[in-house]
Formats: sequence, structure tokens, C-alpha cells
Amino acid sequence: RLHCDNQWCWAPAYHLVLEGILILWIIRLLFSKTYKLQERSDLTEKEKEDLIEEWQPEPLVPLMSKDHPSLNYDIVTGPPSHKIIVNGKECINFASFNFLGFLDNERVKQKALTSLRRYGVGTCGPRGFYGTFDVHLELEDRLAKFMKTEEAIIYSYGFATIASAIPAYSKRGDIVFVDEAACFSIQKGLQASRSFIKYFKHNDMEDLERLLKEQEIEDQRNPRKARVTRRFIVVEGLYINTADVCPLPDLVKLKYKYKVRIFLEESMSFGVLGEHGRGVTEHFGVNIDDIDLISANMENAVASIGGFCCGRSFVIDHQRLSGQGYCFSASLPPMLAAAAIEALNIMEEDPEIFTILREKCKHVHKALQEIPGVKVVGEAYAPALHLQLERSSGSRDTDVRMLRSIVDYCLERQIALTLARYLDKEERFLPPPS
Amino acid sequence: MPPSMTKSSANKQINGDVCHRTSNGKTSSRRNGFVKNHCLFQQPQQKSRRPSENDHVVRNASLYNKAFVEQFEETPLLVAVLTYVGYGILTIFGYLRDFLRHWGMEKCHVAREREEQKDFVPLYQDFENFYTRNLYMRIRDNWNRPICSVPGAKMDLLERASKDYNWTFQHTGKVVKDVINMGSYNYLGFAENTGRCADAATESTHEYGVGVGSTRYEMGNLDLHEDLEQLVARFLGVESSMAFGMGFATNSMNIPALAGKGCLILSDELNHASLVLGARLSGSIIRVFKHNNMVSLEKLLRDAIVHGQPRTRRPWKKILILVEGIYSMEGSIVRLPEVIALKERYKAFLYLDEAHSIGALGPRGGGVVDYFGLDPKDVDIMMGTFTKSFGAAGGYIGGKRELIDYLRSHSHSAIYATSMSPPVSQQIITSMKIIMGEDGTTLGGVRLRQLSENTTYFRRKLREMGFIIYGNDDSPVVPMMLYMPAKIGAFGREMLKRNIGTVVVGFPATPIIESRARFCVSAAHTRDILDTALEAISEVGDVLQLKYSRHQRRPHLPSSLGSWSSEESLLQEPNHVKPSVM
Repeated sequence: RLHCDNQWCWAPAYHLVLEGILILWIIRLLFSKTYKLQERSDLTEKEKEDLIEEWQPEPLVPLMSKDHPSLNYDIVTGPPSHKIIVNGKECINFASFNFLGFLDNERVKQKALTSLRRYGVGTCGPRGFYGTFDVHLELEDRLAKFMKTEEAIIYSYGFATIASAIPAYSKRGDIVFVDEAACFSIQKGLQASRSFIKYFKHNDMEDLERLLKEQEIEDQRNPRKARVTRRFIVVEGLYINTADVCPLPDLVKLKYKYKVRIFLEESMSFGVLGEHGRGVTEHFGVNIDDIDLISANMENAVASIGGFCCGRSFVIDHQRLSGQGYCFSASLPPMLAAAAIEALNIMEEDPEIFTILREKCKHVHKALQEIPGVKVVGEAYAPALHLQLERSSGSRDTDVRMLRSIVDYCLERQIALTLARYLDKEERFLPPPS
Repeated sequence: MPPSMTKSSANKQINGDVCHRTSNGKTSSRRNGFVKNHCLFQQPQQKSRRPSENDHVVRNASLYNKAFVEQFEETPLLVAVLTYVGYGILTIFGYLRDFLRHWGMEKCHVAREREEQKDFVPLYQDFENFYTRNLYMRIRDNWNRPICSVPGAKMDLLERASKDYNWTFQHTGKVVKDVINMGSYNYLGFAENTGRCADAATESTHEYGVGVGSTRYEMGNLDLHEDLEQLVARFLGVESSMAFGMGFATNSMNIPALAGKGCLILSDELNHASLVLGARLSGSIIRVFKHNNMVSLEKLLRDAIVHGQPRTRRPWKKILILVEGIYSMEGSIVRLPEVIALKERYKAFLYLDEAHSIGALGPRGGGVVDYFGLDPKDVDIMMGTFTKSFGAAGGYIGGKRELIDYLRSHSHSAIYATSMSPPVSQQIITSMKIIMGEDGTTLGGVRLRQLSENTTYFRRKLREMGFIIYGNDDSPVVPMMLYMPAKIGAFGREMLKRNIGTVVVGFPATPIIESRARFCVSAAHTRDILDTALEAISEVGDVLQLKYSRHQRRPHLPSSLGSWSSEESLLQEPNHVKPSVM
């Protein structure tokens, strides 16, 4: 353009005019007043000060009434095993998730103590920064071998397991089909993932198929978007809220028909269902590779703390960098991992315990059927059952109070039961009180 | 816009320092390569106070009763350019390798999808993992190092070897013994397998077992938990407290119970992932203020109250400020007196996450509140974890009785998550009693002093050597800048060769050009261990040319006895003169 002083008249006239107009426009823009939309306020400083003075926030927490039941937890003294001392009374424990009875198993305790004497209690760091102990690697290896998958990954808290696993794969824009009776940790995982969530009626395969068909029609309208939208189904093996089992073979058929991936949450069914305790896949005889991700917590049958996910390396390895509860949190204390390994040892040595558990469950289920006024909700072989009132009084509070009086009555007679607790306002589909 | 873990710009706008303030409140001019010294006093050693400048309540120097020295030296220009060049080269090579892998000319080590599921929508997008495949894989051996002993001052590492450039590792079976541990969060040295804590934990395992099997609300509330909560409340100086099984989950499950729709959350730029997740799950509007910058925070507060909720202009239901005690990637300490002054003025609520600072700061180990000599009742919600200074696992929240009562019934953790394991709870009880001095020995006081002395010594020595160290002079977290991607891997490996285990961090935990090595000083480190480590760091620093600092500090002349003088220790009783709050 205007390279040398003596050459500027070589440029055509219209060019110079255009450049001149552009420069004037830029100067005008530079000197014009700029303001952000947010601050377009004509308030004076004094008015602002007044507004600040006047504003009153709500109290941080609303007042709670003094006799709210949650303020008086039942206090357990002594070990929470079969005979449990609740509020000073010794009862038979029908309230803890101690399915295989490992909570007071001597072998498990000894292994934990050996580990304590070697490693101390805490790990003082996340997995990435010297928080990986050989016990963790061994536990992951053992879990993968036990479940006959390629790889397993451990979390230090049961609740955080599925709540970190789901957002690691499903992001904004993906679609997740989930059962209505999904537990709270699944709901939190879905909320953290920001995907589209579609609920289907509990254990209703037709409803699920209807939703999948609708999605297929949607896809055909927009194939480019469909090619990058991931789809998942999240179900539980044994539902904690309704104690029944999901129809896994039908789900696998739907998986291949509509090309969705399945995430299976097996907290209640790991160590309970199946001939060797491998969960609902063994129970139905489904090939474990058909399930993309199995997640379970080790706080029920395995009687330790923490959780794990297992599956193919292709799927699980991703969580090592993007599972929030894995990367940003301290690892599981080694003594708890050692306890879990010993529990696995016992499970592998003695597959008879699963049959014994199932027999006992059936026995109790049959006996409970005969009680008038309460109905038993759950499968015959589920170790955690719900007892609901046969005739609801119409109001949830009265039902809860009635059930609480049942629990107190049982406590008087030295049987420990518990009310199923939910966060009334946070649950998506609040189950009936039980 | 929800906050993310990475900072978008390399510029750090620390608030206008009091020393250089002009009448219209502008910050001092930036001079490239020189230290932006944000001390409130001219000489850090002097404990005198400046006359309070009463322009704005936040910049009141009389709120602090001791020197607050934080330094974040500017990245030298040449180093920044070279770092970008380094990343550029790596990216080009990354594309080249992807190309070769795609066309089968190079063996692909990445795990593959199943044959039956080949026509499913791919689970991962290619570009999502570009960084992981091409940059992280090269230096992956610096992380996830397995150990097989107590994570104390010295540890034993399992040796790993890789035949295929870090894609897979095999354990050679050998154990590298007595590696100096500069990476574990073991501030007070409670990671030990002998001693009172271990004995108490053993006893409690015998008595209670390992697991609990139920939630707090149902049948999992042991008497041990009640004792623990009362002890924590006494330790912190608050009315009541509640303990949870996991530190990360404490944040992500309780912030949604406290804030909801119609509330505003003001969160620091560099907050931890758990705070970010908790804020997102709560459903409130989130606004981010610049790191530790009180001007930015005040501006956001004023705008929020004056303008109300976006679009509807309704007043906010409540405003919650989320800050951390010590930020683990920067080593900076929150400006708590100023934050409290702001919160009182604008009627907001303060949520303080003391994950790294509880037990590590303060003359009694009470965290940042103790360090600044403030009243714990000023902080509405005090949260912390037991993983770092207490050698256990779990988290807690302390505050007024109404708050804790509300959380007992509305926290997600109390209702759906299993309670803490008994030996872990016992470990916390014993270690807390030791720190408070209630067990009858002076072990707690000794350890607190040791940590403080170690911190001061270590930081001073590193600065003298010429490294760029970030953060507050009192924080036991010491980040040392590396900048260039190749040096991340080189530093980690060279230190391991000299038998010292360090932690290096890069993108995405830090901004892309500001990768660093992070040392965690512990009370378990003796002076000899620190000297060995410092020697090795200096050696490696010379080999890798890491001594970037242009600000040479005069070496502290040792006293005639060769031991450190008493001024070294910043552990002191809080001044009797209370800081005045305007």
C-alpha cells in the first residue's frame, strides 16, 4: 500500500478513500463510550450503598424442630455385626448390609491388622502422587480375575464410585436411559454429567424400547449429530429401592439392536447372586463382555469400605485420568484394601456361602409373607427386603410414623430393623416409605 | 460460567499491594521479570504495622497481625517462548504419530473397542485424548509410582520398567529402598505404623472390625463417631461438627445441601475439583473471582447485591463464598482477615476448605483461622479433611449447632453413604489428641514447631539457590517452577535416580506453560533429610538449568552456633493486640 513516501500517489484513488474512511471509523470506535450490558445501571453510588444496606439474605440453614428424627441417630456401641448393641440394647442385626457376615470375621481382621502394622492407616495422597500401594494393585488384579474381566479400578468411597464413573464417559449432549428406581448415587452421577436423561418405568422393557425407538426416529432426522451422540443405559443388578432384579438378557438384546452401551451397578448383587457370587451376569448366564462397565461398592457383601469398577481395559483405563473421585481424592487406606482381598479369598474358597445365603433369604421371605398388614417388596433371594404398609393412610408422614413405631416395637423385642431413609426433596422418584 | 481447573491466562492479578498504592487505587506498574512483591510491609522481618489506609475496607493492613508475604514471580519471557515452542513441536509430532498409527505404519498400543461393538458410536472422541496419547504417555512414569511401605519421610518404591515407552509397565520385582518422600501429604508425620496411633487403631479393629455396613442415619452411627465429632468441634473451637467418610465427597455432597436455586456462589479461580463439583451440583449461579484477589471479590459482591439475579432482578437468597485455606498448586494462603471483613460487610456466608491447612498452619495446628489469630465463629462453615495432617481418611464440617443439625438430616452423605471405618476414626481421635496435647506428652507441639521450622528453612534455601518458588512463605506446600514440558519428565526421573521421590504437575492441573514440581514439607523430615534433598535439587537444577529466578536473595548468615535462630520459626503466639476491623 503506502510503502514509500514518493510512491504513495501510485495507489488508486478509491483505495485511498476507502482506507481513509476505515481509519476514521476506527478512531471513532476507539473514542466512543463502551459499557458492558450488565453494568448499564444509572444508579448513583448512594443508591448502590442503600441497596447493599437493605439487602438481607436468608439464614444459612432453615430452623429445624428439636424433635426431628434425624437429630437423634440410633447409637451403636460395639461392633456392628450380627449381635448389635443399639441404644444400649442387644439386638439381632437385621439392619446392616452384612450379607456374607464378614464384618466380624477373624481372618479379615487379622489381615487388616497385618496391613496396619506394615503401612499405617492413611495413604496421605491421591493415586497419582505416591498413594498407590501394592495392596491396591493386588486388589484391582484380584477383582478383575474374580469377575473375569480385563481390568478393575478402585475408589475409596462407595458412593463416589458410580457417581464418578458416569460423568467420565457421558458428557453434555449424550443420552442416558435410566431406570426410575435408580439409587441416589446414580442420580448424582447423572446430574454431574449434564447429559440428557430419559427415565423409563421400573423394569419395564417395553417402555425402554419405546424410548429407544423414539430416539432412533430422532437420529434419522439428524444423522450427523447422531453419529457423535453416545448412548447409555444405566441399571442396577439388584435395586436397593425395590429389591428386585433387572432383566439383563432382554437388556443385552436391546443393546445390540439399538447400539447403546450398558452400565451395570451391582452394589447389592455383588457377592450375592450367581453361583460364585459374581453378580447378576452369572445369575443370568450373560457373557460379561457384553456389559460395558460393572460398578459395585465393597461396603455390602465384602464388608470393607470403597468401591470398584470393572470391565474391559478399553473402558476402565479412561477413568484413571478422568474419574474425579479417583484422580482428585486420596486412595483407599491399605488396611481396608487388605480386608477386601481377604474377603475375596474367602469368597473364592467357599462358594457354598452364596447358596446358604440364598436359602436363608428364601426362608425369611416366605415367613414374612404371612404377616398381615405389611407386604414384602423384593425378590425371594434378595438379602435386603422392604416391608411396606399394605394400606397406606394417604399421608407420607403418618405412614412413616407408623413404620417407625413398628421399628421401635421390634427394637424392644431385640430385633434391629431400620426405616429406609431418603432425602424427600432431592429424590427424583421418591419410593414409598418402608 | 462454571469455573474450571485451569486458568485461562498466565497473568496473575494479585490485588493491589498496599505498599505501592496510589490515590486512585491502581496497581504498581509491571516490570517484566521482576518480582511482584505483595508484602504488606517493606521488610518482611519487621513486624511493625503501617498506618491504616482507609480507602477501602479490604486493603486495611491492620487486619493482619503478622507479615503476609506471597510471591509469584513473573515467567521470564525467553522461558515462556521456549515453552510454547516445545509444546508446538510436541503437537506436531503428536499429529505425525497419530497419522502413522491411523495408517498402520506404527504399532498401536491403545486398547481397542470390541469387534461386536465396532459400529457403536465411539466412546471417546479422538481429539479428547490427543494430549493423553501424545504428551502424557511420554512422561507417564513420573506418576502412579507404587510404594510398598509407610508413606513417611522415607519410603520404598516398587521398581517398574517399560519396554514400549510407557504404554505398559512391568514390575521388575526389585524394591528401591529409602527413597526420600517429598510428595506425600504427611505434614505432621502421622503416617506411621508404630506408636500410639497405630496401637489405638489396632485396638479398635479388634473391637469393632473393619467395615460398618450401613449409613449414619440407619444403623451405622457408632459411639466412636459421636466421640470423634465432639473432639473435632473442640479442636476447631466451634459448637458442633460432623464427620464424613471421604474428603472429596464432603464437598460434593454438602454444598448442594447449603446452596440451591436462587443462590449465588462466589468461588476462587483455583478451587479444587471437589468444590467445583459441589457448586455445580447445587444448581446455583457460580461466579469466579481472581485468585486471592479481594478487589475482584468485592466487585462481584457489590454487583451481585445491587443488580440481583440475572434477568429477573430478584434479590439473591444467599451468597456463599468458597475459598480454600492453602491452595495446593500455588502454595498460597487465603487472605482470611480481608475475606471475613468483606463477608461481614456484605452479609455473605463463608465456606472455608482447609484440606491442606488444618494441622499444618497455626501455633496450635488449628489451620488458617489459628494462623491469623481470628475467631472461628467468624467463619460460617469450616470444612477440612483428615487425610493430610492426621494420617487417616475422611472429611469434616464444623460450625454452629443449627448448621450441623441441618446437615445431619439433609446431607447426602448421612443418608446414602456408608459411615467412616472404625480404625480410621480411632486414628483421627488419637492423632488429634496428640496435636492438642491432651495425651499428656508434648509430641504435638514438637511436631508443629518442627513443621514450621522445616518449611521456613526449605523455602529459604530454595530461594537462595535461585529457583522460582511460588506461594506464601509459611505454607508447607512448595511449588517450584519448571515451565518446559521436557523438564517435567527429566526432573522427576533425575530426582528418582538420586533416590528422592518428587511430584511433578503439568497441564491440565496447571496452566499450560506453568508446569511445576511440588514439594510437601513434613514434620517427619529431619534436617539431614532436607539437606540431602536440597543438595540433589540443586544438582538437578544445574543440570536442567532450572534456576530461573532473577531475584537473588542474600543468603541468611548463620548464627555463630550454626543452628537456626529463633526468628526463623514463625510459630508464635498470636499478638495480644487484636487487629482492628473497620
